[in-house]
Amino acid sequence: MPVSMETIYLLIPLACLVGALVAGLFGWKIGRAASHSAAILGVAVAFVLSAFVVLPDVLVGHTFNGTVYQWGSSGDLPLEVGFLIDPLTALMMTVVTFVSLMVHIYTIGYMHDDPGYQRFFSYIALFTFAMLMLVMSNNFLQLFFGWEAVGVMSYLLIGFWHTRDTATYAQLKAFLVNRVGDLGFLLGIAAIYLYFGSLDYGAVFAIAPQIAPKTLQVLPGVDWSVLTLVCVLLFIGAMGKSAQVPLHVWLPDSMEGPTPISALIHAATMVTAGVFMVARMSPLFELSDTALSVVLVIGAITAFTMGLVGIVQNDIKRVIAYSTLSQLGYMMVALGASAYSVGIFHLATHAFFKALLFLGAGSVILALHHEQDIRKMGGLKKYMPVTFITAWIGSLALAGVPPFAGFFSKDLIIEAVHASSLPGSGLAYAAVLGGVLVTSIYSFRLLFLVFHGKPRMDRDTLHHIKESPLVVTVPLILLAIPSVIVGAAMVEPVVFGQYFGNAIKVLPSHAALAELSEHYFAAGGRTFDRVGTFTVHGFWSWPFLLALTGFGLAWFLYLHRPQLPETIRQRFNALYRLLLNKYYVDEFNEFVFARGARRLGQMLWRVGDVRLIDDLAVNGTARLVGWTAAVLRHIQSGYVYHYAFAMILGLFLLITFFVHR
Amino acid sequence: MIPLEHYLVLGAILFALSVVGIFLNRKNLVILLMSIELMLLAVNTNFIAFSHFLGDISGQVFVFFILTVAAAESAIGLAILVVVFRNRASIDVEDLDSLKG
Repeated sequence: MPVSMETIYLLIPLACLVGALVAGLFGWKIGRAASHSAAILGVAVAFVLSAFVVLPDVLVGHTFNGTVYQWGSSGDLPLEVGFLIDPLTALMMTVVTFVSLMVHIYTIGYMHDDPGYQRFFSYIALFTFAMLMLVMSNNFLQLFFGWEAVGVMSYLLIGFWHTRDTATYAQLKAFLVNRVGDLGFLLGIAAIYLYFGSLDYGAVFAIAPQIAPKTLQVLPGVDWSVLTLVCVLLFIGAMGKSAQVPLHVWLPDSMEGPTPISALIHAATMVTAGVFMVARMSPLFELSDTALSVVLVIGAITAFTMGLVGIVQNDIKRVIAYSTLSQLGYMMVALGASAYSVGIFHLATHAFFKALLFLGAGSVILALHHEQDIRKMGGLKKYMPVTFITAWIGSLALAGVPPFAGFFSKDLIIEAVHASSLPGSGLAYAAVLGGVLVTSIYSFRLLFLVFHGKPRMDRDTLHHIKESPLVVTVPLILLAIPSVIVGAAMVEPVVFGQYFGNAIKVLPSHAALAELSEHYFAAGGRTFDRVGTFTVHGFWSWPFLLALTGFGLAWFLYLHRPQLPETIRQRFNALYRLLLNKYYVDEFNEFVFARGARRLGQMLWRVGDVRLIDDLAVNGTARLVGWTAAVLRHIQSGYVYHYAFAMILGLFLLITFFVHR
Repeated sequence: MIPLEHYLVLGAILFALSVVGIFLNRKNLVILLMSIELMLLAVNTNFIAFSHFLGDISGQVFVFFILTVAAAESAIGLAILVVVFRNRASIDVEDLDSLKG
């Protein structure tokens, strides 16, 4: 019996959901092995179907856009679960399920001794389900569902070790910061419903050009374009999820969660949701230059400044976390420059090498008995060859060295920004170019400090270091392979070809990629020639030279003259402190928002609650009654004849009233 | 033949007298009881008059009831009066103000 594609679409998220439910609800009964088998099977089914059924189907041009189930209606607004399967979705599904599958397998090794083993598997499978629902959605409501579900799962996972104070603090922080973004996102969706009258992607995109000239007044007297407002509000949501400045603060703290979760959050799910959403909304963003500029500038600021912070951090996972922030900035820059396909391309390559780096870091942490300080590592290359080689591959890809995956996507982002003429593109170009140097410094600093040089851990730990088990190293190898080849393999169809088709819309006036595409195709007749030329050209470009400079600097500072960084640190103490304290953004938030909110609350409590409600409204009523009674009691003389008189008088009045009515 | 109005005016005068008796009397509780009796009698006069002029016997039946109840009521009232006097050594209306708020 041939299975219809719709069934397969439905099966993909549901497989993850079933896996999560089995591991979560029956995990206590069926035991550890059965639980992880259930979760892994679910995700594996999702991956196989995505990569080997949906993706080829989409490649031959079959797309799907339809409702699966209507679960309610509000007025004439149908509330539906619907799928939109197009090249963008198919690519995201494949990346998400692949990375998630790798993380699942890796977790068997990493969480081996954890008492919450089944719970963890349930959470990560549910996380994958939420992310799939998000990317497969064909309407804003389901997008929002996925968006929030991902947020909830990240909350649960960051605080997975809930007995640690820092973990609960971090999970709360992640959730609260995401709320700020979600408020913008929700307002954006509400604005879309208000002006477009529908929550369905297709309907909204179809009438977007008609909405474009409309304006509205949020502040009296200032006309704002409706579309700009909508796009900026949606982007605020993306800033929260994709951790862009100034809503980035939750991401480094999310390192409190177990390492597999860092890999899952930072590579495939959650943080890419914002990037995906902006790319998905390209028909809206294209119509608003202002919104694109905002995306571009915010992305550029994030890309550069967060990379700088990565240079001074000492926690192995935090360095990679700041690198994620920086790379997300790159993706946003690409989106802002209207090179959506490049942004998604970078998302995909980044998913592979960042998952690889995180899992590699996890492997190191595992070997060193949960030591995360890179100052206490070093010389691990002898002891952990697989981790060492895969970490090198991941770092080379991250630094954008040809011909690794990251090179293609990052180089194209830089070129696209260069070609863009939006306001802010000059700044963005400088930021992404500078970012390359910074990226290279922190990646190689990490490598040199962890794997090269002399071991700096105590002797007892040193004796126990051994390569991680197969369940850990196999995912590393499986992730290292795409980190090398996926860039070269995908660059032509995804960026220059017609892979995305109608899924992404770029106006002719924003076609930053068109010129690049011309150059690219001028190189030769065969794909191999073209990719080859592109790669070779990469060796002679500024980004590569900057990456090389970064490599040289890192080598000089951390391997050749290891005492030099200390001197520099003392010389530029103020700058070092600024970076080490992450630009004091946490302190600023703590002081202004947290304390401000507390002050405001205290004021409302003292004035509003105590004075107005308690004193004036509640006690005031009682006092008024008491006072009135005190006055009125004087007519209560206690003489029966007074009462009788009142009765007679009342009777007389009533009778008069009824008789003369 | 005495017309109805005369009866009614008599009843009204008796009623008014008894009301005034209740309100103006500041001294004796016994007078209060007497005033109430008078008030009931004024009502009875009206009943009898209407009964006679309308040819309806039920007015007179009511009067019997009212007389019975009035007798019972003054018996109880006098009993209460005795108890009040025993307790407070006074039956002055002025002193009986324990209802005062």
